[in-house]
Amino acid sequence: MRTVCFYFQVHQPFRLKPYRFFDIGEDHYYWDDYLNKNVIRKAAQRCYLPMNALLMDLIHQYKGKFKVAFSISGTFLDQMEAYAPDVLESFQKLVATGHVELLNETYTHSLAALKSKEEFTALVKKHQDRIKELFNGYTPKVFRNTELIYSDEIGKMVYDLGYEGILTEGAKHILGWKSPNYIYTNALEPKLKVLLKNFRLSDDIAFRFSNKTWADYPLTTEKFVTWLNAIPKEEQVVNLFMDYETFGEHQWADTGIFEFMRHLPEAIFRHSDFSFSTPSEVIRQLPGVGKIYVPTPISWADEERDLTAWLGNDLQDEAFDRLYEIESKIKTIDDPELQRDWGYLQTSDHFYYMCTKFFSDGSVHQYFSPYDTPYDAFINYMNVLSDFDLRVKESSQSKK
Amino acid sequence: MRVLMFGWEFPPHISGGLGTACYGLVKGMNHHNQKVIFVVPKLWGDEENLADFVNGSDISINYREKKFKKIWKNLTYLEVSSFLVPYLGPEEFQKFTDYTIHDKVDVDESIFTNKYEFSGKYGKNLMEEVSRYALVGAQIARDRSDFDIIHAHDWLAFPAGIAAKEISGKPLVVHVHATEFDRSGESVNKPVYEIERAGMHAADHVLAVSALTRNIVIKKYGVPAHKVSVLHNAVLDASIIKSAYQKKVPEKIVTFLGRITFQKGPEYFVEAAKKVIDRDPNVRFVMAGSGDLLNRMIQRVAELRIANKFHFTGFLKGDDVDHMYAISDVYVMPSVSEPFGIAPLEAVRHNTPVIISKQSGVAEVLRNAIKIDFWDVDAMADAIFALLHYEGISKMFKELGSEELKKLKWEHVAAKLITVYEKTIAQQS
Repeated sequence: MRTVCFYFQVHQPFRLKPYRFFDIGEDHYYWDDYLNKNVIRKAAQRCYLPMNALLMDLIHQYKGKFKVAFSISGTFLDQMEAYAPDVLESFQKLVATGHVELLNETYTHSLAALKSKEEFTALVKKHQDRIKELFNGYTPKVFRNTELIYSDEIGKMVYDLGYEGILTEGAKHILGWKSPNYIYTNALEPKLKVLLKNFRLSDDIAFRFSNKTWADYPLTTEKFVTWLNAIPKEEQVVNLFMDYETFGEHQWADTGIFEFMRHLPEAIFRHSDFSFSTPSEVIRQLPGVGKIYVPTPISWADEERDLTAWLGNDLQDEAFDRLYEIESKIKTIDDPELQRDWGYLQTSDHFYYMCTKFFSDGSVHQYFSPYDTPYDAFINYMNVLSDFDLRVKESSQSKK
Repeated sequence: MRVLMFGWEFPPHISGGLGTACYGLVKGMNHHNQKVIFVVPKLWGDEENLADFVNGSDISINYREKKFKKIWKNLTYLEVSSFLVPYLGPEEFQKFTDYTIHDKVDVDESIFTNKYEFSGKYGKNLMEEVSRYALVGAQIARDRSDFDIIHAHDWLAFPAGIAAKEISGKPLVVHVHATEFDRSGESVNKPVYEIERAGMHAADHVLAVSALTRNIVIKKYGVPAHKVSVLHNAVLDASIIKSAYQKKVPEKIVTFLGRITFQKGPEYFVEAAKKVIDRDPNVRFVMAGSGDLLNRMIQRVAELRIANKFHFTGFLKGDDVDHMYAISDVYVMPSVSEPFGIAPLEAVRHNTPVIISKQSGVAEVLRNAIKIDFWDVDAMADAIFALLHYEGISKMFKELGSEELKKLKWEHVAAKLITVYEKTIAQQS
C-alpha cells in the first residue's frame, strides 16, 4: 500500500489589543475583538468556506476514498463559535462524513510542552473535551503538537496521555540519509508511531505554488503525480502537512490553488498507485521501520526547523519565563476569566511576533504580525502580562 | 531698555525647550516694563501679546543693498550642508522629511527674492532658513532704530544677530541654551559648531543657561571667560499641581521622562533599575518617551530579565505627561549632558522627589534633589532605594523642593538680564 496523508492546520490566535502602561491595573480585557473578528471573517470568505465546500465535494465524488485530517486549535474553535458559526457548521459536516479525522493538540496552541508537563496535560485534555463537545463525541487518537514541535521527551509525554501516534517535521538534520516516507517510532516509547512531514512536496504546494521564479512553476497536478511516482516503490507514505490557510490566504484563489486541489485526487487515482489515508489509518496499517532519535526539539518553522521563531532571543525568553512564573499561582484559582486569559496568553503567536531573526529583511514573520516591530510586540505583551500578574496575585490573596 | 530679540520659535507653536525659555524671558521683561521686539521666522498669529512681534516671513529684503551682499557672502558656506538637520536622529529625520513633503509650503528657490516663506520648523531646509533669517535680521536693523541692544537665542538666530549688529552697530548678546556638544556628544556637526562659534565671538557678551554650559562655551569655543555669564532658567508657574489622576498599580513608580537619546543617559537608568529591582520587587520603572535608543533599551531590559517591572510608554503628550508625573514616586534625570533641563522642575511641581545628574544645569539651581554622576549607577540605585523607602527624606524633598521652586521666577532672571544689558552697552560706548 502506498498512500498520501493530508493534514491541515487550522489556527488563529487571539491577538492582543494595543495595551498601554496606563492601562495596567485598570483595564482587564486584553483582546482585540475587532481585529480578531475581521481576520476570521476575511479568512472565512477567502479560505475556510470555499475550501471546506471543495473538500466536501471531493469526499462525495470519490465516495470516501479521498480523505483528510485537520488539527483545529481551541483558540480557533472559540473564535469560530463567536465570529463564524457558518464555518464551524461546515467543519462539523465534514467530520460527520466519517472521512475527516481530527487531531488533538493543546487547547490554546501553546508552547507548554517545552516548559510544564502539568500545564501541557491540562491543555491537551481541554482540547479533547472541546472537540467532543463540538463534534458529536468525537475523540482524537493522534496528536500534533504546536508548530509540529517534537522531541523524544515530548513524544513520551504524548504516549503517556494515551495517543497512538504523533505528527512532526521530517527535518533533514534528524533524518540524515533516512526518508520521511516511512513510519518511525519514538526513541523512548517504541509503541508511539511518528509521522514525518515530507517537507519538499508539502512546501511545493504550501510555499512555492505561486512562486514564478521557481524552476518548476507552474505546478500542475500531472507534475505533482510524476514526483509522487518518482518516489522509490518501497517507500510507503507521503505526508503532506500544511497550514489550511494555504488555500486562498497564502496562495490566493487567482493562483489556481483551488483548481489544483480539485483535480489532484483524480490525477493521483488515475496515474499512480497511491491512495489517500488519514493519520490514524496510516498508523494502524503500516509498521514502524525503526526509531527516530530527536534529543532536542524540532519544529516545522523556517529553514532551521528549530524553536528560534518563538524562543531564544532575549525578548522571547523573558516573556516566556515571566508567563510561566505565574503557573503555580493560577493553578489554585477558580476564575473562568483568569483561566481563559491564562490560556490565550500562552498561544505561540505572541512569541512569534517578537522574533528578530528576519527583522532586517522583514519577511514572513513580519507578514503575519500585527505589530510594526518585535519590540512593539514585546512591550504590548509585557504590559498585558503585568496586569494579568496583578490580577492573579490579587485573586490568590483574597482566597487566603 | 529696548531689545531686539531673535528667536526661532515662540509658544504656543513650539517643539522644544527653547520656545518655552524665550516665553519666560519675554514675560519677565514685560514685568519690568522693558520693550522687546521679538522676531521669529514664522508667526502663527496666536502668540500672547507680550512683545512687539515681527514675522520674518513678512520682511521684504532690499537686495540692492551692498552691505547685505557682503553679509550674504559670509554666509554662503552654510549652503554646503543644507541637508543636515542637527537636532534629529535618522529616524526622526525620516519623519520630518515625510512631514515636510506632505506639509510643504511653496518656497521660492532663490534666497534673494523679495519675501521668503519660512517654515519655522527644524526641517530639511533648516540651513537655508537660517541663512535667510540672517538677511531678515539685517533688513530689520536697517529699517528700525528703536532698540538699544540685540539679543539672539541659540545658533539658529546667531547669524541674524550678527547681521543686525553689523548693520546697526549696536551691541550683541548671544544666549546659549544648548551647544552642539550637548546635542551630539563628541561627533559634532561642523557647520553648526562654526555658526555657534562665530556668534559667540561676534557677540559683546555671551549668556549661558548654566555654569556647566558656560564652561563648554569657554573651553570648547575659546570664548574669553570674562565675556561669558550664567543666566539660569526659571519656571513659569511654581504652583503645586494636584492631580486627580490615581495610580492603578500597587507598586511604587520610578520614572524617566524624556527623549531616549544619548544625551539623556537612558541606559544608566536601566542599569540602576536592575539593581533596585534585585533588592526590592515592589517597584515599577517606567521609561516614557521615544528616540533612537528606544529599541536598544527594550533589548537591554529583556536581557536583564526585568521586563515585568520595567515599562515603556512610548511618546507621551498632553494629559498623559501630567498623569505620568502624578503617579511617580521618584523622578530620575540621568542626563549625560544637559545645559539646563526643565523637566525635574515639573516633577517637583507634582510633589515628586527628583534625582538629577551632576551633569545637568538644573542641578545648579535645585538644592533639594539628590545629585549623582550620570555614570554612577550604584549611587543612582542607592538614591532611588532611599527615596522609595525612607519616608523622611522624600517628605523633606517634597516640602523643600516646592519652596525652592517658588524662588525660580522669570522676573528675577529678567532683572539680572537687564543689568547684563546695561553693562554691555556701557562697555561699548
